[in-house]
Amino acid sequence: MTALPALTEAKLGLVIDLDTCVGCHACVVSCKEWNTGGYGAPLGDRDAYGDTPEGAWLNRIHSYEISPENGPAEIVHFPKSCLHCDDAPCVTVCPTGASYKRSEDGIVLVDEDRCIGCGLCAWACPYGAREMDPVEKVMKKCTLCVDRIYNDNIPEEDRVPACVRTCPANARHFGDLADPESDVSQLVAARGGMDLMPALGTKPVNKYLPPRRKADRDSGTPHADRLPDAPGGFLGWLDATLDRLG
Amino acid sequence: MAGVETSPYVSDEVRQTTCYMCACRCGINVHLRDGKVRYIEGNRDHPVNRGVLCAKGSAGIMQHYSPARLTTPLMRTGERGEGKFRPISWDEALDVAASWLREVRHSDPRKLAFFTGRDQSQSLTGWWAQQFGTPNFAAHGGFCSVNMATAGIYTFGGAFWEFGSPDWERTELFLLFGVAEDHDSNPIKLGLAHLKERGVKVVGVNPVRTGYNAVADEWVGITPGTDGLFVASLIHELLRAGKVDTDYLLRYTNAAWLVIDNIGATDHGLIARDDNGTPLVLDRGSSTARPSDAPDVRPALKGRVDLGDGRSATPVFELLARTYLDPRYAPAATAEETGVSAAQTERIARDIAEAAFERTVVVEQPWTDLKGERHERMVGRPVSVHAMRGISAHSNGFQTCRLLHLLQILIGSIDVPGGYRFKPPYPRPIAGQPRPHGKESHADAPLSGPHLGFPRGPEDLLLEDDGVTPIRIDKGFSWDAPLSAHGLMHMVIANAHAHDPYGLDVLFMYMANMAWNSSMNTGGVMEMLTDRDDSGAYRIPKIIYSDAYASEMVAYADLILPDTTYLERHDAISLLDRPISEPDAMCDALRWPVCEPDREVRGFQSVLLDLGARLGLPGMVDDAGEPLYRDYADYIVNHQRKPGIGPLAGWRGPDGADTGRGEPNPDQLDRYRENGGFFMDHVPEEARYFKHANAAWADWATARGLQDGPVENVFQLYLEPLRRFQLAAEGHLDLAPPQHLKAQIRDHFTPLPIWYPPFEGARLDTVDYPLHAITQRPAAMYHSWGSQNAWLRQIHGTNPLFVPAEVCDAAGLEDGDWAFVISSHGRIRVPVQRMHAVNGKTLWTWNAIGKRAGAWSLSPEAPEARRGFLLNHLINELLPPRGDGRRWSNSDPITGQAAWFDLRVRIEKAPPADHAEPRFTPLASPVEKPPRNVVYGSEWT
Repeated sequence: MTALPALTEAKLGLVIDLDTCVGCHACVVSCKEWNTGGYGAPLGDRDAYGDTPEGAWLNRIHSYEISPENGPAEIVHFPKSCLHCDDAPCVTVCPTGASYKRSEDGIVLVDEDRCIGCGLCAWACPYGAREMDPVEKVMKKCTLCVDRIYNDNIPEEDRVPACVRTCPANARHFGDLADPESDVSQLVAARGGMDLMPALGTKPVNKYLPPRRKADRDSGTPHADRLPDAPGGFLGWLDATLDRLG
Repeated sequence: MAGVETSPYVSDEVRQTTCYMCACRCGINVHLRDGKVRYIEGNRDHPVNRGVLCAKGSAGIMQHYSPARLTTPLMRTGERGEGKFRPISWDEALDVAASWLREVRHSDPRKLAFFTGRDQSQSLTGWWAQQFGTPNFAAHGGFCSVNMATAGIYTFGGAFWEFGSPDWERTELFLLFGVAEDHDSNPIKLGLAHLKERGVKVVGVNPVRTGYNAVADEWVGITPGTDGLFVASLIHELLRAGKVDTDYLLRYTNAAWLVIDNIGATDHGLIARDDNGTPLVLDRGSSTARPSDAPDVRPALKGRVDLGDGRSATPVFELLARTYLDPRYAPAATAEETGVSAAQTERIARDIAEAAFERTVVVEQPWTDLKGERHERMVGRPVSVHAMRGISAHSNGFQTCRLLHLLQILIGSIDVPGGYRFKPPYPRPIAGQPRPHGKESHADAPLSGPHLGFPRGPEDLLLEDDGVTPIRIDKGFSWDAPLSAHGLMHMVIANAHAHDPYGLDVLFMYMANMAWNSSMNTGGVMEMLTDRDDSGAYRIPKIIYSDAYASEMVAYADLILPDTTYLERHDAISLLDRPISEPDAMCDALRWPVCEPDREVRGFQSVLLDLGARLGLPGMVDDAGEPLYRDYADYIVNHQRKPGIGPLAGWRGPDGADTGRGEPNPDQLDRYRENGGFFMDHVPEEARYFKHANAAWADWATARGLQDGPVENVFQLYLEPLRRFQLAAEGHLDLAPPQHLKAQIRDHFTPLPIWYPPFEGARLDTVDYPLHAITQRPAAMYHSWGSQNAWLRQIHGTNPLFVPAEVCDAAGLEDGDWAFVISSHGRIRVPVQRMHAVNGKTLWTWNAIGKRAGAWSLSPEAPEARRGFLLNHLINELLPPRGDGRRWSNSDPITGQAAWFDLRVRIEKAPPADHAEPRFTPLASPVEKPPRNVVYGSEWT
């Protein structure tokens, strides 16, 4: 069993805006291309051109349909990756110490040299955020691009996770959620950011901003919103308007 | 705890070029390490994507290293459609191609049809075809969005996407209609994000609530093909309430022009003009008809004036008001057809009126109009719109697009703060557009001008001397499709096979998967491509095809010219072609080989110039017959379409100091590379709005060669050219359509746009075919290209048919079931998935996921081939027969746009199955077997 740090100096994480995510998968693929050549083993794709292609991904998008009683059906796009929990059950379950949480920034990582591929961590994670690499047979998970965010070899403005760097809808934000003054903490406060499945007690660092209420719910009585008829009928209105124009 | 390397080495070099994973053309930073692509990210400085990149763009690595890449020129050895080839050298390939083409050009240049698909070099390919002398050229616009482009150009000199965009910074209401998510993809996502930050309401009008519609504040789940009716109802509501901008209409539109009332005469319905051709208006001061440009004239928008000779006339606007105030367009009267409740239509009309007239946007920037009047500030109606294929790909698409533009114009929201904004070089109204060319096609001679243009009336059609027979193989610019400004690519193979109007000798295509997802009636097209005449020869004798990948179409060609990947090639993203400008800047860009090809492949544009030189085409050889251009890069730098005007506008002149106009600069491509692969020149502040009437804009655009001088741009609420076609159909002109087309032209070419039901549904008993079926483009896949991409195919490897819950219940369908979908043309068997967030009469699926077994270097039992399917098998390029023996194209009667989304179907439960139908014999693959696994980047980890 592996211990968690009592406290981390920072809580780096993502804030994901479900109101603006259009489900385009930009973050999913950008994550894949950065990380397959980055931290740890490549993200393998088994049977890549075959009948049952299966690859390792650190971030996936799920789409859910909801049918409110008072409006038309809606679709929510839900990107999901490791939430870098404070009480990460994937770490405490690890028999070798391969899974660990960094005390300096709270990032949960897998030391692949120590990973025996037992899969206990994936079983313990209630979010399904870990994936066994189908080719390399090591456990893969979001690293919060630990090899980007401190990387002196890339421009400072690019030192954010690849998914945040690429998101065309500006639905992904990165920062220190332990700092109440940080942009991400402010965003969470302003928009009512939520934990995913808080009852589980995992204390996820990542937060989700809920979709705003749609305007087509509770859409009112049939004619309440109708434009009033122009005075004198349309052509009468037109005469008056043209007179005003001179 | 093992230390983590938090600052690892990343790449040896970053090369900045232009993406080609879809049509969006974003700037990309390609990181190279050890000569390989380490990763690709968006270019932060680039005007299109400003740093972001979509899923397709990030998957470029897998496209570039795809096992489906062709590796060498190929000559067919088996039968067409088998996929059997022998590798040949480039010398042999070019000799064969040149000999075929030389023979055609010498005997009858019409017998070459040269059509390109997802071509980003139409300025070159069109010019090449013009120099060859065939009338038969177009790109894929005819089966894409020509209704949108043409309706916009005729109406106000712009359109959406490359032509203009919402004023994301200032708009207060945004309406999004039927957008293909690979068109203007990242800019729309960036814009939506911006609107969300600003709290601006977004309304999505689409039968399906995925993607952008999922995040819209209000969803209009419209029935396909009825967008025009919905917009007409919005116009009805706005007119009823007097919510139109009369000052704007008087200044910038033909609302006050007088329409002649002279029933039965040759000028009935035309604009009344003086002897100089200047339109007349009814002067409120004198109550007489006076020229619209008279200095003290006060035009009326309603009334009637006697023109003498028994003729009278009424302002356009009164006719318009009477048309759309008709109770036929009241929201309650359109609700059943559109599937949009009257309450919702009324609410959205109110939102439009409220944003336009109560939240006026002011930019404190003086400007001067083309008449010399100075304006102290720029005042705008902040309602913006974007639309694309969804409303366009119908047989009523042209008029639907016109209706949408009428809405924009009536509230005064074209090129104003908060509204729609032109992107340079637009506006380009009809007055600045060419007419079509192709009448004078002679052996061994070029055409006198570009193929594609904008007819002003029947006299501009491309017809044989009999005034009826089309000159073009696709019947473009004929009575079948008079305003077909992008051609009709979907009719080329069918017409060539039918020898209607004539047969071909050589069919030459580029990057168009016509033997699969780019054709209607896919199975039928495969038969046409393999059909033989009585002598045993193929009815389409020779087919040359260029593609980078082992697509389905490769198997149906005789000679394959393998193209490079997008990271190995030059391209000019040119202002002469399909520009990437932003409203505040003219922009163009370079694509250049950031990787060298490791196969016997060549960029198609260089091959085309090589062929042109071998054929001795004018402009491609010097006086001694030697090639003028070494390759496409050399052409990009040195070709001049007009003196000083070339493919790229930046860093012209010997020292690179000139913009737009200037002599070729031998170092131009280096300047582009140094600048991140693109060029951007900002529009001056006083020229940023009202470009259709702005003197500073005219000066700036003229100096840069975007136009030759000020161009008059009066927005055409009433489209007189359409009336000329009606007059021809009514028998009032020397030229007349053939009898069978007279009613079609008379009824649909109304100069004020009307809504009419899509043709397929109108010709069928909709009791038999009660449902609509459409496709949507996934944001993470571009046409057929993505399927060989090891990453993207894991996101979209199959495409269920999404079926509305109520339709599932009626048909006894559950998730995982199989169903037959039946149209008047065919039947397919497909897997079913239940859905709620969709129009209740509409089935839909993702576009172009299904693959033919054996193509694209995929396993023949890959999910794309086994469970994936195309709706194309249900759609015919012809309408259901009328019993008159004629071939009626399944297209818009005005532009010839392919009416993909008119499809009507029914659905029935099928017995359990394990593969979709139809199935075809697996193709032999022209490339080697792919690797089983991919572990990209293992050398760096």
